[in-house]
Amino acid sequence: MKGVIETAALGRRYGRTWALRDCTLTLPEGRVIGLVGPNGAGKTTLLHMAVGLLAPTAGTITVLGQHPAAGPAQLGRIGFVAQDTPAYARMSVANHLRLGAWLNPGWDEALARHRIGQLGLDPRQRAGSLSGGERAQLALTLALAKRPELLVLDEPVASLDPLARRDFLRGLMEAVAEHGMSVVLSSHLVADLERVCDYLVVLVASLVRVAGEVSALLASHHRLAGPRRDPDTLPAAVEIIEESHTDKQSTLLVRTGEPIQDPSWTVKPVSLEDLVLAYMSRARDEQVRGPRLRVVS
Amino acid sequence: MIEFQLDQASGVATYLQLVQQVHQALRMGMLEPGDQLPTAQQVVAKLAINPNTVLKAYRELEREGLVRARPGLGTFVTRVPSGADPVAQARYLATMTDWLRSARSAGLGPDDIEAIYRTAFRNCFAEGVA
Amino acid sequence: MIRLSLLQFRGQAVVALAALATVAVVLAVTGIQVSHLYAASGLASCPSAAGCPALASALLAKLRGDAAFGVVYWAGIFALYAVPAILGMFWGAPLIARELEAGTCRLAWTQSVSRTRWLAVKLGLVGLASVAVAGLLSLLVAWWVRQVDPLDPFGMNRLQPAMFGARGIAPIGYAAFAFAVGVTAGMLIRNTVAAIAATPVVIGAIEGAMIAWVRPRLIPPVHVTMPLSLATVQDVGTNAGAPASDNLSVSAWVTEPGGWVYSTRVLGASGHTSLGPQPRACASGSWQSCLDALGRLHLQETVTYQPASRYWPLQWAETSVLLALALLLAGFCFFWVRRLSG
Repeated sequence: MKGVIETAALGRRYGRTWALRDCTLTLPEGRVIGLVGPNGAGKTTLLHMAVGLLAPTAGTITVLGQHPAAGPAQLGRIGFVAQDTPAYARMSVANHLRLGAWLNPGWDEALARHRIGQLGLDPRQRAGSLSGGERAQLALTLALAKRPELLVLDEPVASLDPLARRDFLRGLMEAVAEHGMSVVLSSHLVADLERVCDYLVVLVASLVRVAGEVSALLASHHRLAGPRRDPDTLPAAVEIIEESHTDKQSTLLVRTGEPIQDPSWTVKPVSLEDLVLAYMSRARDEQVRGPRLRVVS
Repeated sequence: MIEFQLDQASGVATYLQLVQQVHQALRMGMLEPGDQLPTAQQVVAKLAINPNTVLKAYRELEREGLVRARPGLGTFVTRVPSGADPVAQARYLATMTDWLRSARSAGLGPDDIEAIYRTAFRNCFAEGVA
Repeated sequence: MIRLSLLQFRGQAVVALAALATVAVVLAVTGIQVSHLYAASGLASCPSAAGCPALASALLAKLRGDAAFGVVYWAGIFALYAVPAILGMFWGAPLIARELEAGTCRLAWTQSVSRTRWLAVKLGLVGLASVAVAGLLSLLVAWWVRQVDPLDPFGMNRLQPAMFGARGIAPIGYAAFAFAVGVTAGMLIRNTVAAIAATPVVIGAIEGAMIAWVRPRLIPPVHVTMPLSLATVQDVGTNAGAPASDNLSVSAWVTEPGGWVYSTRVLGASGHTSLGPQPRACASGSWQSCLDALGRLHLQETVTYQPASRYWPLQWAETSVLLALALLLAGFCFFWVRRLSG
């Protein structure tokens, strides 16, 4: 299966620290892919490698079938919105659009103008005096008007107020509905991703913890509640992500492909947010305690 | 045209919420055969959700035979769900009333009955779980 | 990319044009006055400045008496040294550093243009502008001093170290070099303010080395040995620590009109460095009797210098070295930009 971004044991090291390690992913095309994890997990590192801003120190990555930033033609197929949406502070909105037109052969001027008009941005206003939400919308416009096949966004809504966040995501989803591009979007806010993503990658402490279609993830993860017992009594195919015990009760968050046969367990679905949080806290516990080994036959 | 809402806290998948809202609208007569459902773009513009979710909901409704997608024109309602049969509903109402009466005479209070009902409901309708 | 660079350069271009225009006006106004004075002095009818020394010194006295002349003259020299450094600091250092610091490189490098082309256009456009500004300024000043410079108004001619870098095409080489240093500093330091501070330090060090060490060796100087001319003797004394039979020390300085004298060495009659004992007339006697005594020793002097005719060859040589250094730094920048992380 050809993916829009494919990595094999991808890694990036700074001195002795690995910002990203052992990352093997095949991100499917035509989806909105969420990359979620705490700050410093390696999300920006991965995305920067995908758009050619950073070179890997280990492994390989291909984007749209080619090396990242293989040349101007490939750069034209990918739209990128960097974290904090950098813009030329003293350049006006209109000049930013001219920048897009001059530097991108595939530029759709009508789309850009229409979007700026819809957003109500003043073309003569300097980017430095725009609000965070307006600058994010300008950056998104610049990326969309290239008519890319893949849109990569690095925490585009992290520093926006809730209304600006909703407006940005709405604009993004409208563009996906209209043009059908693939989107890779990173965030440390899970609630936003739940609305818009249909594929999720959880990245914690430089490692990919889980990746898959959102519907498949939700179908394979359950919360089990029942009388207090040793979790090793569960079949080996059930992977425990998180567990907590009181003197009378045990609650587990598990991942499994098969139904739970034991009737003493109450099985309930897990929300995406709880799923991600469980992986994040397991990763943090592993960092502190070391990985918890379990024999899987 | 029907307008969709999204309850993120409900724990129900988004596409299922859309399906349920269409069922509801059909049952209450707000949607009739021949009416057009909002386009994915219109839903996305209001709710800021993934357009694939809308398409998934409409595919599910089409699988249930309630709507039909006409390429280039939109998605249109074809019929009302059969669960709206008033005779069947009256039968289930009677069964339910009998059960409630016997639970009450067994000494269960309103909260006990509610807890039993909610557990049974969840177990029955929760998505994909054993 | 060219249009974008022009757009980004707009503000700086306006400042430079305004400054140049102001300078041009000042030079035009004062230059016409100088021309009038020159015309009034009658020197125009002399075939060369050396031919009419009286007229020349009369004109120079008049000019030196005019405070405005001195100010503009020295300001011109100062500007031609300062402007390349200023361009290096304020056009070169921020060129890449500002984009790296503000993160706008993450926007620029993900458009459909390669980093190499992006850098090439920015470097080319602003570098060319720097060189043009320096060249234009040098042209304006050269017009202003065209009649007066051959007269060595302040005892210096254009070949000598203090003035050489402020005349001819040397400022163009310095502008290109300073610009390249600025851009490289910005790219390595990634901080605009720090790069602006570092640039003049590096420029000063390299240019100092250029003036002190490279320039004298660009074209091998001429060595001429001739009988000691008593008019050139500056000082007569003894070498401390030398035996009394060989302690004479004579220092002399030959002036070469329009030329650059490195050194003048006084040698013995047969060309030896030892001059013999100090004559009694020099130890205790009048200056004139000392000179007479020296004359009887038939000493020689060796002059190492660059003749005036070497002016343009040295200008071309130095400018070429500076341009080569600038190109080397630019080449490094192209290599480094591909290694930068956004």
